[in-house]
Amino acid sequence: MHIPDGFLATNILASAWAISIGSIGFCLKKTTQILKDKMVPLMGIMSAFIFAAQMINFPVVGGTSGHLFGGVLAAVLLGPYAGAIVLTCVLIFQCLIFQDGGLLALGANILNMAIIGTLGGYVIFVVLQKIFGSKKGFIIGAAVASWLSVVVAASFCALELAISGLSPLHIVLPAMAGIHALIGIGEAIITVAALSFIQKVRPDLIYGLSRKTDGI
Amino acid sequence: MSRKEILIGLIIALIVAFFLSPLSSSWPDGLERVAHDHGFIAKGEQGSVFKSLIPDYIFPGLKNEKMATAISGLLGTLVIFGIGYGLASLLKKDKDCK
Repeated sequence: MHIPDGFLATNILASAWAISIGSIGFCLKKTTQILKDKMVPLMGIMSAFIFAAQMINFPVVGGTSGHLFGGVLAAVLLGPYAGAIVLTCVLIFQCLIFQDGGLLALGANILNMAIIGTLGGYVIFVVLQKIFGSKKGFIIGAAVASWLSVVVAASFCALELAISGLSPLHIVLPAMAGIHALIGIGEAIITVAALSFIQKVRPDLIYGLSRKTDGI
Repeated sequence: MSRKEILIGLIIALIVAFFLSPLSSSWPDGLERVAHDHGFIAKGEQGSVFKSLIPDYIFPGLKNEKMATAISGLLGTLVIFGIGYGLASLLKKDKDCK
């Protein structure tokens, strides 16, 4: 759901940039406070994996495809703040080098995916992990949160499209949420598979499993 | 993380980028589909405000489009690995100074 230039109205573009810059500044500050040595190479690997995986579109229904977004995957692995930073790096890189997502719309894409999708997705993950307990909740939380993160990011995208006057909200919101509810199933499968793999080989690397002393 | 583990992680990403990206579905994504169905797709096709190096992940100068995509994936993955790693190192350094 990389928004191209030409879709969004100027006031939406400007507000999205302002919120994104503020939020990313906050995330950078928080990341410097909590970054551990072992997370440094992991941020490189996560950036590489999310970039690579975002190139792979899988078909969902006739004539429509989707790809991993990776917000919850990054947030559970690295923590919400470093996760949002990784997503932001990937989005900037895709926009500047590959023209994937508009330059003016970059602020909105960062807002929808790196901020709302990643930070919001992580909050859902934490809540579910608390409800279901740390072990079962880890998988249930990752699955539901990654699915929901795609639907919520798509809904915010729809809201921005509607305010920009492209299509009425009662039409574009169910359309965006509906198709991304399907794409989100792929998101949940990849997220759970990747996290289960890491949980098996290096559970100590997973932020979402070692959170107890750090708070949210 | 040991050097070996870092390398394994990077290689997994590189394999995905190089071998799977040419197989990527060319169907429109969710947003493109909605934009098409609801008649505003043309607004996004007015051309970008700038010209990027490798538009649409097709590495310039290669005849085979699938190979051009695979090469873009491979190089892009290596570079973004460096960016992510480098930024994290900088953020880490910041903390050590304080």
